Amino acid sequence: MKIRLNGDETHIQALDLLALVKARNLDPSSLVIEHNHTLVRQTSWAETRLKEGDTIELLSFVGGG
Amino acid sequence: MADTLTLGHRNFTSRLLTGTGKFASNEQIRPMLSASGSEIITVALRRVDLQASPQDNILTHIPEHVTLLPNTSGARTAEEAVRIARIAREAGCGDFIKIEVITDMQYLLPDNHETLKAAEILAKDDFIVLPYVMPDITISRQLYDAGAAAVMPLGSPIGSNRGLEMKPMIQRIIDTSRLPVIVDAGIGRPSQAAEAMEMGADAVLVNTAIATARDPVQAGKAFSLAVTAGRMAYQAGMAGSSHRARASSPLTGFLQE
Repeated sequence: MKIRLNGDETHIQALDLLALVKARNLDPSSLVIEHNHTLVRQTSWAETRLKEGDTIELLSFVGGG
Repeated sequence: MADTLTLGHRNFTSRLLTGTGKFASNEQIRPMLSASGSEIITVALRRVDLQASPQDNILTHIPEHVTLLPNTSGARTAEEAVRIARIAREAGCGDFIKIEVITDMQYLLPDNHETLKAAEILAKDDFIVLPYVMPDITISRQLYDAGAAAVMPLGSPIGSNRGLEMKPMIQRIIDTSRLPVIVDAGIGRPSQAAEAMEMGADAVLVNTAIATARDPVQAGKAFSLAVTAGRMAYQAGMAGSSHRARASSPLTGFLQE
């Protein structure tokens, strides 16, 4: 399906957030995820189903002043 | 009585806030915090680079007792700043937020108008709001009315290490503000941090000067000592200066008379 991932139209196979994180080989401990403009806690990633047209932001804290 | 810095409902012993940007290695952050005694440190929120290899998690380098101060860098409007603040809080970074709204990409100077709008919204939403602003006594008063926890005027442009270019305006804010004044940005040397504290600033925020020093741990210690010295000098009430000499030894009873 096609979603908007970090600002870009992207085709994905994953059906839920946890699967997306795994497919992208991301470190879950540092990841902050917004699903359709709502923050989803890590405990809910597996049950957060993805559908065509969703907007996903994969964010993390970085060094800054 | 202990000389504490109060921000919102929290008291801090250290008056040196630090940042996590630009360290050659994040491994330097923990010993820097230890050497500097800094109790508040900034972090930023960014999109994950999906093309790059997995990045180091900055939060694992910050001890539990140190308060996280997420910034809203990258925000160009109040709405974007509010969104970043809420994500940071929901992600478990606590209720402190440094509002940083920048539309001028040449000098990275803050947009006071958008910053004030964000401060009003976030203070109502129970954040401890620390806004980074152009030094201006009107914005300082407006931020007090908006419920901010401090005002953070810049010394000079971010990362410039030019010190207190804004000194006279910062002094006017210190003289009139009912909020703690934290001089943020541009402080490049411990002597400049001491200068801000001697003027009566309540604290300083230093990132680039520490992170990009050859030895960031030693630099953190140097800034800590400078902030303490400047604070003590302010509390001591230093005497004024004069163009003419004022003898420190008696001008009478010379041996040759």
